[in-house]
Amino acid sequence: MQAAHLTELTGRTPPGVAEALEAVSGFDAALTDGLARLGPRHTDALRALAGAVSRSPLGAATAEAADKIAAGSIGPAELSAVAAARAALLGAVHDALLERLDDALGRSRADRQAPPADPEHGPAPAPLLTVARSWLQELAITGWRGVDDPLVSTADQALEALWAEPRLRRLAVLLDGLAAELRASCPVATMERIPRRRWADLWTRAMLLSQAGSWTGGATAVSGRLLPLGVDVHEHGTAVQVQLHAVLEPADGGPARLVRAAVAAAKVDTIVGPLVWRLLSAYPTLLTALAEHRAVTITDMRLTSGGDLLWEEERAEAGDLADPFATARVRLPDAQAPAVPPLDRHPVRIAEPVLVEGHAANRDGAFDLGGERLIVDLDRLPTSGPLTPQLVKASTACIGLLRWDAGRWTLQPLAVEAVVKKRPVRAHNGDWALGPTDPKVAKALDRSGDAVAVLSERAGRLLRK
Amino acid sequence: MDSGEAGWEERSAVRVTPPVQPRKLAKVPFVELAEGRLQGVVSSGSDVARVYVSSIAAETHDFSCSTNNNRPCGGLTAGGGRRCKHLNALIDEAVRQYGAERVARHLKVEAEEGDELRSRLQGVHRKAPAAEVFSRFLRHLAYLEVPASPEPLPEMHWFPAWGAVR
Repeated sequence: MQAAHLTELTGRTPPGVAEALEAVSGFDAALTDGLARLGPRHTDALRALAGAVSRSPLGAATAEAADKIAAGSIGPAELSAVAAARAALLGAVHDALLERLDDALGRSRADRQAPPADPEHGPAPAPLLTVARSWLQELAITGWRGVDDPLVSTADQALEALWAEPRLRRLAVLLDGLAAELRASCPVATMERIPRRRWADLWTRAMLLSQAGSWTGGATAVSGRLLPLGVDVHEHGTAVQVQLHAVLEPADGGPARLVRAAVAAAKVDTIVGPLVWRLLSAYPTLLTALAEHRAVTITDMRLTSGGDLLWEEERAEAGDLADPFATARVRLPDAQAPAVPPLDRHPVRIAEPVLVEGHAANRDGAFDLGGERLIVDLDRLPTSGPLTPQLVKASTACIGLLRWDAGRWTLQPLAVEAVVKKRPVRAHNGDWALGPTDPKVAKALDRSGDAVAVLSERAGRLLRK
Repeated sequence: MDSGEAGWEERSAVRVTPPVQPRKLAKVPFVELAEGRLQGVVSSGSDVARVYVSSIAAETHDFSCSTNNNRPCGGLTAGGGRRCKHLNALIDEAVRQYGAERVARHLKVEAEEGDELRSRLQGVHRKAPAAEVFSRFLRHLAYLEVPASPEPLPEMHWFPAWGAVR
């Protein structure tokens, strides 16, 4: 990425974004106070939300829902309608931002194709969806400010049932993450400030997922050579996901494509840091490729129309060494990015891999790239890998993800080339996928004992009694 | 918690739950701040097959400790004011995991570090049901039995792996 790209990216905000976010904020404020307690400001906000989508197919349903909610009738149909309207607005914001990004970087993006049918993924069990929706309804009626321990606890049974249903994994992971945050914040009324946008986002996405379950959809088989760029780690108390960003060179000689491959595991809050890799030991080829910077040959692996490889170990074989920085320099600029599935569109999902080099790091960590400033997200350096703020500040090259949140573009580092004490150093988020390579970290891990082994042993003893 | 930067409430990806610190789990495999109590499961020092369910209530600071089969812990006397070693281990590990300040806040007591917290908890022994806590522990363990999955979870973009608090 060059200074000129950055100028174009971070210049003025695309038209309409501020207005769309204002409508979203109004709704978020209403959800904070609770839909059962709407003042005139909130009923106006609901109507403004409906107004913002009035010329879309959601228009009539949202307008009707806004009126009904204002009149105190707050049922699943009304809540689904306003959730859909909010999601549509943020989807439009996402589109405007991603288009800006693609234009700025000169990145080509595939056209959206309807996903093939998914014969393996039958309809989700309706009773579970109903239970999830009714908890979401209670939350909306009460408002974040009114959330207390008993209300959070009413989700416990539903969560247990959701986790037991693989077809509803996305909803289980999301609701568990939300419930844990609410529990840790109880009573929410005493919080200094409420993460309004975030919780409304999570609530909205959960409403969408509780309509018919996941929309991941079917996939088509691809073969070729996968060249890793970097790995993004996501984590909350009971789930961890590692998402590889890579360039796929298709075996049929077609143009190189940007793809992702994510694997995820359930966990508990006491399993943190480098231990999370242990939970993903079912994917040794993927972990080897990450730890050793190897290419992976994939054969007939399924790829969704949204650019996600559905990882299967049997269809992957670790190959030669493949330096991610070489991939980023040589293959990334021409790789075609995937289309984004319609319901996934939200600014939080924008995570576009880029290579930044020739920059200077400011004291606050931001990169100066030919006089342009790029904010670097130093909070997002996972403890499961070797990246530190010091390394990022000492970097001469950085592979990262461009992200956007609340009006700001940021770079989330995934890998750096740096000079430390006059010696070149490289560090990648996935370096410890097969165990920490830093002796100090390995020692600390030994000292604290193996949390995964201790708990698995307990689970084996107690759960099968 | 994040610092007081502008726009925090308008951001999608912010850290809401303070990070949990790694700790040894063999002695106290499970600790939680929930249901108006500090509660958890403590391994028996002598019998690998036995665990104790220990809890301390917020506000009153009354405490309870019994085996998961509801047999009272021998280290406690009815109505007594002294905690058994299981309860003290529970407090220590909770402080390791959550930090003294967060444990103190949950129990509604003023304390900034572990020793102070221990000395300010002046409740008496009052039996609390063990079965519910134990079943929460089993639920906790059940997460480790969920098979890993390659279905992408786009929702996890709201949950970045945050770095250490600096």
